[in-house]
Amino acid sequence: MGLLDREFTEDNIVISKVDDFLNWGRLSSLWQVGFGLACCAIEMMATSASHYDFDRFGVIPRPTPRQCDVIIISGTVTFKMATRVKRLYEQMPDPKYVISMGSCANCGGPYWEHGYHVLKGVDRVIPVDVYVPGCPPRPEALLEGLMKLQEKIRNESLVKKAIV
Amino acid sequence: MALKTEEMVLNMGPQHPSTHGVLRLEIELDGEIIINVKPHIGYLHRCFEKHCEAMTYPQIIPYVDRMDYLASIYNEFGYAVAVERLLDIKVPERVEYIRVIMGELQRIASHTVAIGTYGLDIGAFTPFLFLFRDREKILSLFEMTCGARLLYNYIWVGGVSHDLHPNFLRQTKEFINYFKPIITEINNLLTYNKIFIERTANVGILPLDAAINYGITGPNLRASGLKWDLRRDDPYSIYDRFDFEIPVGKGWMGTVGDCWDRYYLRILEMEQSLKILEQAIEQIPDGDITSAIPKRIKPPEGQIYARVENPRGELGYFIMSKGGLQPWRVKVKAPSFVNMSIFGDLCRGHLIADVVAILGSIDIVLGEVDR
Amino acid sequence: MKSTQEIYNLLKEKFQEKVIQHLNTLPKEEVIEVRPESINEIVEFLRDDKELHFDNLILLSGVDDANGSKNKLEDGTEEITGGTLSVYYHIESMDLRHKLVLKVSAPRENPEVESIYDVYGCANWHEREAFDMLGIIFKNHPDLTRILMPYDWEFGYPLRKDYRNPEFYQGMKVPY
Repeated sequence: MGLLDREFTEDNIVISKVDDFLNWGRLSSLWQVGFGLACCAIEMMATSASHYDFDRFGVIPRPTPRQCDVIIISGTVTFKMATRVKRLYEQMPDPKYVISMGSCANCGGPYWEHGYHVLKGVDRVIPVDVYVPGCPPRPEALLEGLMKLQEKIRNESLVKKAIV
Repeated sequence: MALKTEEMVLNMGPQHPSTHGVLRLEIELDGEIIINVKPHIGYLHRCFEKHCEAMTYPQIIPYVDRMDYLASIYNEFGYAVAVERLLDIKVPERVEYIRVIMGELQRIASHTVAIGTYGLDIGAFTPFLFLFRDREKILSLFEMTCGARLLYNYIWVGGVSHDLHPNFLRQTKEFINYFKPIITEINNLLTYNKIFIERTANVGILPLDAAINYGITGPNLRASGLKWDLRRDDPYSIYDRFDFEIPVGKGWMGTVGDCWDRYYLRILEMEQSLKILEQAIEQIPDGDITSAIPKRIKPPEGQIYARVENPRGELGYFIMSKGGLQPWRVKVKAPSFVNMSIFGDLCRGHLIADVVAILGSIDIVLGEVDR
Repeated sequence: MKSTQEIYNLLKEKFQEKVIQHLNTLPKEEVIEVRPESINEIVEFLRDDKELHFDNLILLSGVDDANGSKNKLEDGTEEITGGTLSVYYHIESMDLRHKLVLKVSAPRENPEVESIYDVYGCANWHEREAFDMLGIIFKNHPDLTRILMPYDWEFGYPLRKDYRNPEFYQGMKVPY
């Protein structure tokens, strides 16, 4: 925003578009649902832990979906779990975003052929914003997925929504 | 006139920060006292056994990885041991040493997660950050060897996929020297913390006879006081060459087999793993990394049960072959699945807050419970 | 420590025709086959006998033998009728250090096996899993419900060799 670059001593005014302002607010503190499914959840934990530090992007795991902006589907979604995933998503307040992490959540992954109890892609139950490939994706890959999501949020506009 | 009371049923999970994955607990409560806990599992059932029946023997290894995703190397280790026994293959010395080194590193990595998340469940956040920092160091050793951080596909039937990196042994030595003081640090930070002891000592006591009857294995069984470690009691690979102790629970802070014992046993096991690692690094010979195995693995008709000591207990593979390229049936004895089955009995009579303490001390991995 | 042959002789003497045969022609593992309705009393004897003392059930696994007659259906899949489903019990003695494999077979159409949950605690979940995956019915089991699959899964038992996946489950498409 250029505010922090420049020191200023007196009160000041910043002029910005509403879109930019709202998007900036949304993308800078994406709270995620503290929700792990499978192997990818371990990598997600590693991403939030000391070495990779998800916190610096403003991502904090919250125990309840009602306080969250983003849900990271980290792992295989089974049929038994799919209805619960859907309910979790429905409990989140708008605007809400979904990151599908790993091959299993993207398309069923290694279980696509014989997995009689595996949902082949979480996008069959909830809409997905960003797909992160990998089995499991490295923490760097998840970080990039998050940056892609931020990029997507940055380009959102209230105007378009009003027309549709 | 007495007040009318009634029991309450509380649902915990499948989305809950302390269930270590997707586990659902149906808790029946009388006030704050637990009457009964009914675990509902299967939220991560990924059809492992069906995949085994459709894949050839080497193709199964990646699926094996994804069962107990905190100890992938050990899953591969057990599977390789089982298939090699079925085929009567002997693997080269160097491979055995590489497997032991990798296995023990994995044991430390798995226990760091167990201890870190246990602290997290009880309310201590810092040990989690400390231990994940150290776990990254182990993961980078794995990454150096086979290129993967979590699911390695490293141990193959009859060998391993890559030889060790030239720097591997030196860096492992550095890691051992680095990690020894860390154990003391964790002890000071968490183990002897007054609040932590209050939460875990004398909670969730698992008596030895119940443990054996329920088939509990691994650190949970040893915490109840039985010296039973497959590395000693049913030796596989080359574990009979190393000098190490098997710690057992002694009721240091309370009763034998309580949560604190189960927790502390993992710390003691990490020390022993470091000891094995030191010896293995000293002794490792040069040589081949694969043995002469046929291109198409086709075991004769027959069946085998082979088992190894996973960080969580006895991991066994029951492989039944009918002479084809695919196994006829693979059934896994998953330590977490068996350890989980006693959970209801452990919780009975405790307070609701102890559910999390008991669950964390059993250290389950849902990928393995559900397979 | 006793060999499987010795244990077989002991069992045959005590249980007569309830113990069917000693399978030792295949490599690696010897198996004692017993009758499905008497497995409970046999494992109880094996556990309580001082000389044998099998105190630990390692594993209980259901297996589809698929040895019935196979008829091809119109859509290319197979249906199996007749034949047997089997259950393998791996038990061991932790202090005497011997292991044993028991086997029971039950007809595919009515696979009833006696439950052993009161002898070994961990058999409870193992038996539920065998029921869930293969449809083996364990008589006298306290809570024989599905354990891994959803409770309302009504499309059969997935580890049977002739299992066919449904097209939809609760509105979600099942095949890729």
